[in-house]
Amino acid sequence: MRRRSLFLTITASMGFVFLYAPIIALIVYSFNKSKLVTVWGGWSLKWYSELFKNQQIIDAALVSLKIALVSASLAVVLGTMAGFVLSRMGRFRGKMILSGWITAPLIMPEVITGLSLLLLFVAMEGMFGWPAGRGTGTVIIAHTTFCMAYVAVIVQSRLASMDETLEEAAMDLGAKPSTLFFLVTLPLIAPALISGWLLSFTLSLDDLVIASFVSGPGNSTLPMVIFSKVRLGVTPEVNALATIMIAIVAVGVLAAMYQMRRQTKLSSGQE
Amino acid sequence: MSIPSGSAWIDKSATGMARYNLFRGVNWGRLSVIAVPGLWLGIFFFIPFLVVFKISLSESAIAVPPYSAMLEWDLEEAYATFKLNFGNYLYLFEDTFYLDAYISSVKIASISTFFTLIVGFPIAYLIARSKPSMRVVLLSLVILPFWTSFLLRVYAWMGFLKKNGIVNEFLLSTGIIDQPLVMLQTDFAVYIGIVYTYLPFMILPLYTALEKMDLTLLEAAEDLGSRPYQSFFLVTLPLAVPGIIAGCMLVFIPAVGEFVIPALLGGSDTLMIGRVLWDEFFLNRDWPMASAVAIVMLVVLVLPVMLIRNAQGKEEAHS
Repeated sequence: MRRRSLFLTITASMGFVFLYAPIIALIVYSFNKSKLVTVWGGWSLKWYSELFKNQQIIDAALVSLKIALVSASLAVVLGTMAGFVLSRMGRFRGKMILSGWITAPLIMPEVITGLSLLLLFVAMEGMFGWPAGRGTGTVIIAHTTFCMAYVAVIVQSRLASMDETLEEAAMDLGAKPSTLFFLVTLPLIAPALISGWLLSFTLSLDDLVIASFVSGPGNSTLPMVIFSKVRLGVTPEVNALATIMIAIVAVGVLAAMYQMRRQTKLSSGQE
Repeated sequence: MSIPSGSAWIDKSATGMARYNLFRGVNWGRLSVIAVPGLWLGIFFFIPFLVVFKISLSESAIAVPPYSAMLEWDLEEAYATFKLNFGNYLYLFEDTFYLDAYISSVKIASISTFFTLIVGFPIAYLIARSKPSMRVVLLSLVILPFWTSFLLRVYAWMGFLKKNGIVNEFLLSTGIIDQPLVMLQTDFAVYIGIVYTYLPFMILPLYTALEKMDLTLLEAAEDLGSRPYQSFFLVTLPLAVPGIIAGCMLVFIPAVGEFVIPALLGGSDTLMIGRVLWDEFFLNRDWPMASAVAIVMLVVLVLPVMLIRNAQGKEEAHS
């Protein structure tokens, strides 16, 4: 047993090194003074000041934030409904189809989702005159569609692992379905809604492929700008941008981790 | 799913109206809760595929939008023509370029999936066997990179793998190699990129499967004289199969259609179908051809999707 656990520790640690080495290198090089990304020229914050002077990146970041805020919120509403339908409404005709539809966007290659949505928008424009051209609105629709799938899965698993006795008690006491949902179920699944929202927000901020298909001219999102910059060549300010984004995410995940750890300690202490 | 015991429902089932019980009294509210997400997905996820299929059967044209109309009519002349063009599909199979791209995508996705499993398994296993408080920390460490931008993580590997990048500098300075290795813009870099970015998708289902495992089974195997590696291959691995299947599908399917990784890390000869579709659409502006490429890609992926549904169904039946 001992030998295997040593082998396990070594291989798993190598896995963690593999996960973090490129990110750490990226962070370190964001403080590099030299313009050549690979030559170390000493510590400097100049790429950060370059970054904040780059209006194109700032505009794209604002567009991305707006899209992510709206589509994450829409995705939570629609995804919660879908997750609720799948786990609390028993059997009904078309349930298999709906559950298939809900999970399909999770595994669909992004190029197909992007292409098909664009062609839909073009066809709709031809038929109904809406949407006239493409812009943030079409990107929001596209992002909502694939994010709601993630929210639905999270809400569904939370509802499935949740005790139904509280809901049954409320029903016995005569709560109407809507009262029941808003006063009992919703507070109970709130953590799932928060993580679903955060996940959707991140996924939307991160998406390059779908946004490239469905966004209109002048509505480039941050990933689209980064992608074109990276493809064109050396861009040290992208390192600075990446570091800022990683730092924000790290703070969020560490806070969530601390919270979860405290909760597991509390619950194990109670037992 | 237990049946609610509220008096409001009992009345209905008592009168034997089982069919109406389907809607448990709140027909319209219930229906609308089902209909809203259903309609959204129908309009923005399902119908788009019909549109793609339709356009894949039209001809490329210099027009806005750049494809021919399938149905043309003229009321005054009293004629209507309905044209279906299978040329795009025929061309897909005539020109070996597309076939090669499909085969190469499936190959690259399979090899990367295999290596993702090899790298992910020890991590998932270690997490599943750690103390509960440690599990949270290790799981968060796995998920943290997943929360940071996919594009930027791929970009990080560009700095790592290039000719005067960190890996080459390190290998040169330790004297392991005396010529920088060409790693960026090769299939090798694409494998690394896929393994790296999809690793959490492999680890999480593996972890779920391994964590559920009954450890007394291992004790029993040991008592019966099985060596650690035997217990691993005869007990642990078979029990992890649902996790392995789910993880492999979660990696393989999106990897087949991957665009960003081959575009940034792959070479000009790295052929992946997602990239072909992208070029067909954005560079050649041949929308019907891009649609045909997408439809065939979907068909290629239907089989693994069926497999994953099947595996999930079995897992649900067990739990």
